[in-house]
Amino acid sequence: MLRMVRSTALWRGLGGIALFIALWEAASLLKLPFLRFVPAPHILFASVVETIQTQAYWSAVVISARRVVIGYLIGVALGVPIGLAFGVSRVFKGLFFPVFETLRPIPPLAWVPLSILLWPTMEQTVISVIFLGSYFTVVINVLGGVETVDLRYVRAAFSMGASRWQVFWRVVLPATSPSIFTGMAVAMGLTWEIVVAAEMVSSIGSGQTGLGAMMWQAYVGGVIPLIITAMVSIGLAGLLFSALIWQIGAFATRWRRLV
Amino acid sequence: MSLYGGLRVRNVGKVYDPEGIHVVALQDISLDIAPGEFCVVVGPSGCGKTTLLNIIAGFDTLTSGEIDMDGSTLTAPGRRLSPGADRMVVFQHGALFPWKTVLWNVTCGPVLQGRLPRAEAEAQARALLAGTGLAGIEGQYPGELSSGMRRRVELVRALMNDPKVLLLDEPFRALDALTRSVMHEHLLKLYDLARKTVFFITHDLEEAIFLADRVVVMTTRPGRVKKVIRVDLPRPRDYRILTSLRYGQLEEEALEAIHEEALKAFETGERELA
Repeated sequence: MLRMVRSTALWRGLGGIALFIALWEAASLLKLPFLRFVPAPHILFASVVETIQTQAYWSAVVISARRVVIGYLIGVALGVPIGLAFGVSRVFKGLFFPVFETLRPIPPLAWVPLSILLWPTMEQTVISVIFLGSYFTVVINVLGGVETVDLRYVRAAFSMGASRWQVFWRVVLPATSPSIFTGMAVAMGLTWEIVVAAEMVSSIGSGQTGLGAMMWQAYVGGVIPLIITAMVSIGLAGLLFSALIWQIGAFATRWRRLV
Repeated sequence: MSLYGGLRVRNVGKVYDPEGIHVVALQDISLDIAPGEFCVVVGPSGCGKTTLLNIIAGFDTLTSGEIDMDGSTLTAPGRRLSPGADRMVVFQHGALFPWKTVLWNVTCGPVLQGRLPRAEAEAQARALLAGTGLAGIEGQYPGELSSGMRRRVELVRALMNDPKVLLLDEPFRALDALTRSVMHEHLLKLYDLARKTVFFITHDLEEAIFLADRVVVMTTRPGRVKKVIRVDLPRPRDYRILTSLRYGQLEEEALEAIHEEALKAFETGERELA
């Protein structure tokens, strides 16, 4: 029964994709005004197959992925403890939260020009912008998590003679862990948006060619199939990376499925 | 009978926001609870019974009077009392840590305090769980258990802390009537086993008389002691006692007092404070 429901959804989804491709193919055959410049699916497909066999493509993927991972990991490594500190210490929050909240609404991309001037290399510029995007997202989610920890658990722990330190490690941290992983997954989704834009803006001239720069070069050269290949690649990469974080989070907080 | 856990509540008062709206939650409460006594406080919603429990637990402060335990001052105005395992609390909606197994939950008190090595605490916990019909669930997470089962585990966890006083804040409120009656017998079994002082809060009269050595009826806000009823039903008790003549007399006596207060509370539309 379950399998049938599942396969219905699967076939419906596949059918939708097939229909979409068929309409697209028809549109380019009929040379509809807007779609005239978009290559037909069979041409695009051939181009994708060709592109993904080149070394340049994979090196662009690796370069972008590397930037994402480094910026993201620094963002998480700093964001989680600072979010926790905001949540548990009134003094710390009182001192630094106003500054944080002033800077947070600035979109990560608005940092690009300043970052280019401040950092000696393009690599550092792109990574720093990715860092900012994930950092703010993680902090705000972790803080929200700490602030909504059920007081009962904290009181129960104190009532059993736990020290403040034990309450933090044994109660506040595990109770916050779902929010930590939510923040991490949302931040991961953001990083791929940021890396592409940051690379398009900043990698012209110098720096290694990531997917964003590759797409920009394809645009300059007018190679539409390559632009679309880069677009789809970025989408898929973002999907995979986010799915990975969700999976890790679901595993680490699997007790929640029981509650 | 245990030697520890005698509570003396002397002229305790609690005023919320004395400078502003000045809400008197508790007024001149005096109570003597003997070591090992099972004392149940009954009162309508908003009578301040939870406030009193929170003060004893160390989650709240009092504004006048004093509370002693075993002859030494526990708390007085301006004196901050921190929560501790000697006054273990079991909460209304339960507070087992859902991210840990039953065994960890039950042993965490003595282990976190460093009072027992883990292995020893676990041995003790297994024995206590088995002794109360809960063998075999050590490795499960609270989310896997029924709500009645969770409450029983929580009582075992409380006892594992070897408190002087057990503070129970309407622990069975969220349970259905059938589960609740099973829980009452379970609690009494634990009580007969350990004879800890119990300070139990409820607004269920039947529960109060069935469990208590003494039922304290509180007035609606400001909370005062309206009536103290000594329950002389023999222990060990089981559900059959609910149909006895003596139970009926006690219930009638208590009902009269509590009904008056319930009416008052209803008319003033008081809501639970804290």
